[in-house]
Amino acid sequence: MVMFGHFVLLVLFGGAMSAEVQRPRGVPLSKRQFYEEDKPFTCLDGSRTIPFDRVNDDYCDCVDGSDEPGTAACPNGNFHCTNAGFRPAFIPSSRVNDGICDCCDTTDEYNSGIDCQNTCRELGRKEKEELEKIAEIAKEGFMFKKQLIQEAKQGLEDKKSKLGDVQNSKKDLEAKVEALRTVKETAEQPEKEAKERHLKAWEEQKSVIRMEKDKARMADVFLELDDDDDSFVSVAELQSHSELDPDSDASFTEAEAQGLLGGVDKVDTVAFETVWNNIKEKYVSESTADVPPPGETAQEETRDTSSDNDSENYPDEDIPEEEDDEDMDEDDEDMDEGDYKAPPTSRTDDKKDDDEEGAMPPYEQETQTLIDAAQKARDEFNEAEKALREVEDQIRNLEKEISFDFGPSSEFAYLYSQCYELTTGEYVYRLCPFNRVSQKPKFGGSETNLGTWGKWAGPEDNIYSVMKYEHGTGCWQGPNRSTTVKLTCGKETIVTSTSEPSRCEYLMEFTSPAICQDPTSSDSGHPDHEEL
Amino acid sequence: MCCWFFLRRMGPVLLLWLAVCLSGSWAVDKGNFKTCDQSAFCKRQRAMKPGESPYRALLETMELTNTRLTLQLINDNNKVRLLLELYRLQGNITRVKINELKPLKPRYEVPDVLIREPPTEPLSLLSQDENGVVLSLGAESQRVIVSARPFRLDIVEGRDVLMSLNSRGLLSFEHLRMRKDTQADPEAENKEGTDPANPAETVKEEEEKVEDGMWEETFKSHTDSKPSGPSAISLDFSLPGVEHVYGIPEHADTLKLKTTDSGDPYRLYNLDVFQYELYNPMALYGAVPVMLAHNTQRTMGIFWLNAAETWVDISSNTAGKTVFGKMLDYVQGSSETPQTDVRWISESGIIDVFLMLGPTPRDVFSQYASLTGTQAFPPLASLGYHQCRWNYNDQEDVRSVDAGFDEHDIPYDFIWLDIEHTDGKRYFTWDPHKFASPKEMLQGLLDKKRKMVAIVDPHIKVDTNYKIHNEIRSRGFYVKNKDGGDYEGWCWPGNAGYPDFTRPDMRAWWASQFGYDQYEGAMENLYTWNDMNEPSVFNGPEVTMHKDAMHESWEHREVHNLYGLYVHRATAEGLTERSGGVERPFVLTRAFFAGSQRYGAVWTGDNAAEWDHLKISIPMCLSLGLVGISFCGADVGGFFKSPSTELLVRWYQTGAYQPFFRAHAHLDTPRREPWLFGPENTALMREAIRQRYTFLPYWYQLFYLAYHTGEPVMRPLWVEYPQDPATFALDDEYLLGRDLLVHPVTEEGARGVTAYLPGKHEVWFDIHTFQKHNGGQNLYIPVTMSSIPVFQRGGSIIPRKLRVRRSSTCMEHDPYTLYVALDNQRTAEGELYIDDGHTFNYEKKELIHRKFSFANGVLSSVDLEPNAQFTTKSWVERIIILGASKPSMVTLKTADGENQLEFDFDASMSVLTIRKPGMNVGADWTVTLQ
Repeated sequence: MVMFGHFVLLVLFGGAMSAEVQRPRGVPLSKRQFYEEDKPFTCLDGSRTIPFDRVNDDYCDCVDGSDEPGTAACPNGNFHCTNAGFRPAFIPSSRVNDGICDCCDTTDEYNSGIDCQNTCRELGRKEKEELEKIAEIAKEGFMFKKQLIQEAKQGLEDKKSKLGDVQNSKKDLEAKVEALRTVKETAEQPEKEAKERHLKAWEEQKSVIRMEKDKARMADVFLELDDDDDSFVSVAELQSHSELDPDSDASFTEAEAQGLLGGVDKVDTVAFETVWNNIKEKYVSESTADVPPPGETAQEETRDTSSDNDSENYPDEDIPEEEDDEDMDEDDEDMDEGDYKAPPTSRTDDKKDDDEEGAMPPYEQETQTLIDAAQKARDEFNEAEKALREVEDQIRNLEKEISFDFGPSSEFAYLYSQCYELTTGEYVYRLCPFNRVSQKPKFGGSETNLGTWGKWAGPEDNIYSVMKYEHGTGCWQGPNRSTTVKLTCGKETIVTSTSEPSRCEYLMEFTSPAICQDPTSSDSGHPDHEEL
Repeated sequence: MCCWFFLRRMGPVLLLWLAVCLSGSWAVDKGNFKTCDQSAFCKRQRAMKPGESPYRALLETMELTNTRLTLQLINDNNKVRLLLELYRLQGNITRVKINELKPLKPRYEVPDVLIREPPTEPLSLLSQDENGVVLSLGAESQRVIVSARPFRLDIVEGRDVLMSLNSRGLLSFEHLRMRKDTQADPEAENKEGTDPANPAETVKEEEEKVEDGMWEETFKSHTDSKPSGPSAISLDFSLPGVEHVYGIPEHADTLKLKTTDSGDPYRLYNLDVFQYELYNPMALYGAVPVMLAHNTQRTMGIFWLNAAETWVDISSNTAGKTVFGKMLDYVQGSSETPQTDVRWISESGIIDVFLMLGPTPRDVFSQYASLTGTQAFPPLASLGYHQCRWNYNDQEDVRSVDAGFDEHDIPYDFIWLDIEHTDGKRYFTWDPHKFASPKEMLQGLLDKKRKMVAIVDPHIKVDTNYKIHNEIRSRGFYVKNKDGGDYEGWCWPGNAGYPDFTRPDMRAWWASQFGYDQYEGAMENLYTWNDMNEPSVFNGPEVTMHKDAMHESWEHREVHNLYGLYVHRATAEGLTERSGGVERPFVLTRAFFAGSQRYGAVWTGDNAAEWDHLKISIPMCLSLGLVGISFCGADVGGFFKSPSTELLVRWYQTGAYQPFFRAHAHLDTPRREPWLFGPENTALMREAIRQRYTFLPYWYQLFYLAYHTGEPVMRPLWVEYPQDPATFALDDEYLLGRDLLVHPVTEEGARGVTAYLPGKHEVWFDIHTFQKHNGGQNLYIPVTMSSIPVFQRGGSIIPRKLRVRRSSTCMEHDPYTLYVALDNQRTAEGELYIDDGHTFNYEKKELIHRKFSFANGVLSSVDLEPNAQFTTKSWVERIIILGASKPSMVTLKTADGENQLEFDFDASMSVLTIRKPGMNVGADWTVTLQ
């Protein structure tokens, strides 16, 4: 059986003062009053009362573990280390006498046979130095931050006034656009009329040409039909052209032919004019009868187009954009280029018409002048409209920036449109705050998007301590890449580390003065010297 | 680990393979693996239907010595003679060996699996006539009847036939032959050719077979040159009265094996199957050719000792019958006995089969253990919780995960490093940037009494700047290809060689590489994990090695299923030798064979984060336990994909009550350390892991028992309740030892589970509430997210350690709480085993082995090993007696005298808690209730 002394003599040092406080092992000073020797002990949850000799007797009597503050007997107990010279701490009871030194004052290992060294003073010294260093950084950082806030304020003012300016110039531009629109429309009306006149003339001319052509063809056909050269086209002669059969029933009867000839047996050139109008659509010239019907080429073009559509649907995202296999990516690109060949240009029907009747003659000088004037008005209008759009963009951007959440005092505004890089063994990481995070192989290869600006994502009480960038390049069979950026106080603005704790989920550490807290107002971060 | 990630990294070199890998998305691509029809010998053999066997026993050739019977068999179709050897082995085992009488060249006989040449017992001749002989099998009333024409063997006890061999005439032995087109001696086959049995047909048949891929076989783009031609063997076994057969792992299937009439046979061929599917007979990473047969009267086993590709067909005359149909048979007095017929087919080698005749399940375990040995006794710490992930990125990552466990007060013993820890997949090395100072890292873990496992796979990067490769190449230790050069295949490092682990000199050299002078950065708390040892060859046929690769004079075909065992063995021997034989090794393997239990732990490979995969972990580990491999586990959480929080919690709760308890995750999955899912879920997972740690004394004792007797640690209910048919097909609950019944929650959104509590006259106590339940009933248990239904058997005493600390080693000297669960007779028994937890000194009897018994109100502790020497600081802090009545006085008696103990009695649950008896747990003592 293992028995332990119930009490330890705790010798405490606090500056010039020196005190001895007797209490059961593992009990903090603040709870000393609950452990009074020679009085029954009541579990701190009030669940039961036990004789005092059962406190720290290495058997768990209280469900809350309070009767065994100095042993490992209770599964849910806590052991208090005073850690004079450093910071007091509670450790789980299960770490008492487990052969591992947890308390820097060695008090947790009093019966495990292990020899622990008291490291509290050393730790205290180190922590003090560390805290001083942090405080120094915080102090300097906070000074920068104040400057940043000032600059941000100034910047915001500048932007607001710029916005005002731009908004004014937008008004001017709008007026200008409207004025130019009127000018344009005024110039376009005569232009339109002149063009229509020109076109109408051309249409008329075209119909005359067409009529003449028809007449010539009729004469040719008459001659062609008039097989016996008697200057009449007879029923028999007409019957030799089976395509003219009105009901296309493969028997072109005499009566039908006679019908076409207007009920007579034969017609002369004059009477043929009436006949011609009835047959010219169907008539096939004897010299061209063997030419195949047009229209075969169009289909192939359709097929080409559809295969092009396929290649557009090719799922690029399915190809792993793994950093390591540049070769494969290159292969993909080659493949894509091959597929994206331009569709072959096809001849249009309009062009054929032009061929038949010749091109439209150029505009007359007068019309051309009107057109030129209208074009000039159009150009000026378009230019003004473009300028207006640019100004509108500018306004949008300014409004976005002005309304952006750059922190409580806009202290993060200076990061806007900046980028910060960190080079590791394999990659160059690039953080462009409020925009995106990316990764590029050091030795060539394409850039991978690790996420675009999502939101501030720190804990509720410190929301500006974490940035989240989301929806980066997809991972194969996995999520889209995303990056968490942790901000810590620093004099400089730098990316200090990157890692990928989980596949495609990146973690970036980023220092900036903007996150530094006012060291004078901060109440945390100091060691709790409760018992000193 | 799967293949595709590798391919991503390898870029376009294996685009074809990428396509193969991509095509299956989240399921196995079955097209990558052969069906029986695509495996020429299986197709050939399976085409043979039951009928009269062409084999005849030539009784005049019989020779019977004291220990064995030999006689020749002749195939009347081709006149080829076989030699049958029959042995009676100690412990009620019959061994049947069949080989060609005069093979063209020796056929492969599996070495290194049996722990010794099995000791024989005398056989005696009972009677003999022209139809056959009857032999007596030892002292029992067992006989073996050898029938001559056709040849068959029947093993009979009293009037019952226990088992018949070749009763369906499926004995087949493809004799080695010269290739037809180059055949020099056409008479070779017909040298006995006196029988007029239709030689024309024989010739015709053989010609047809030549077309069937006897001399060459192509699967996908791979051609197997088959220089030795056809060499398959097959034999059928009939099991009258048997409706339940088990074993032949590894398959992702139910505990009770299914009939295979309507599909493929169960396949045994170690393969790296990417995203395996459940509930089918496809081969997986390991193979143990052992089948158990069970009915209410008897348990038997068949151990088919062959390491070549093997297929097992199972059929049953009752399989198709409904309960109603069976009842009708009963009512109508149908005379048909239920019967299971089994048929084994192997690609080559000889028939060497051990018939383990039971009659009890324990007998079969001990019979099998007498042949192939027992479970390696693992270091105690390896029974704790293991935290693994592909991959912990660097030393800082390891440090912060380690710290995370302390921060969240969760115990763990091992943290694992997967392949990314190496320098470019060169095993035995460390990534110079991410793991620049491994000793510092290991020391950090050692300071917290924790350990690490680093992976060492058997494929070796072909790289002349890599010492391991250079040494293996210069010593000629690589497996050779069919043309005599070093065999090379693709694996994680790209082009890789495969050391020939079948060679003892190779294994000795490999073992030496684990020496502290060789393995840079290794320390005594670094252990090893062998993955990919099927072997996995990404560009090989069926993702493994070409069958015509050469292991010295043997083709890979012959040794395939042994390769993983040899890798595991050489590694375990390395870890043992580095400490001069003092420290127990711990090695996890993915591939395995009969006998692998001697070398360490096995896990079920690359499962997935799905509820069905959680469920299948139970039958998969139960099946392994039945064939000797007790140290089994499944990746907690599932390897592929990301589990829902509910699934993860349930998996922790299940894994905490399975032998090998390791969380693992694929590289591409989000982090899932147990504290990443909110405080509520952290608490649930912490609690499951802590329960595991409180039961470590019991786990350790069960493993000691497994090491001694071969009894599985995790066992199906029927093993303990062999006469209760209600238990025969249960595989959603199981027993740990005899005394703990576990029914994990494996259903999503479960509100309750129905557990079968066996034993009509038994009682079971809920370990959490101490509620008592009667056995022989289905019990509905309402569950919440914190529930892990576990019951302690009335009549048992389980020692636990309730002071859960950071790691098992930290708990070494802690006191025990004894949980005494009384049965209806108010008695209980239990054991406690203690040693130093990590050395082989238990072999020198440096141990404590106590027996606790409770009867007539007295709990006593007696020494089971009076000659053993070991002392412990541990004492008994508490005794909890379940199902007790209130005593008036409790007295402790030790060598130092008597004293009275305080106690608490909870009348509502009848629980007596005896406060702080305080005696050393290794001492003799009694506690008397009055």
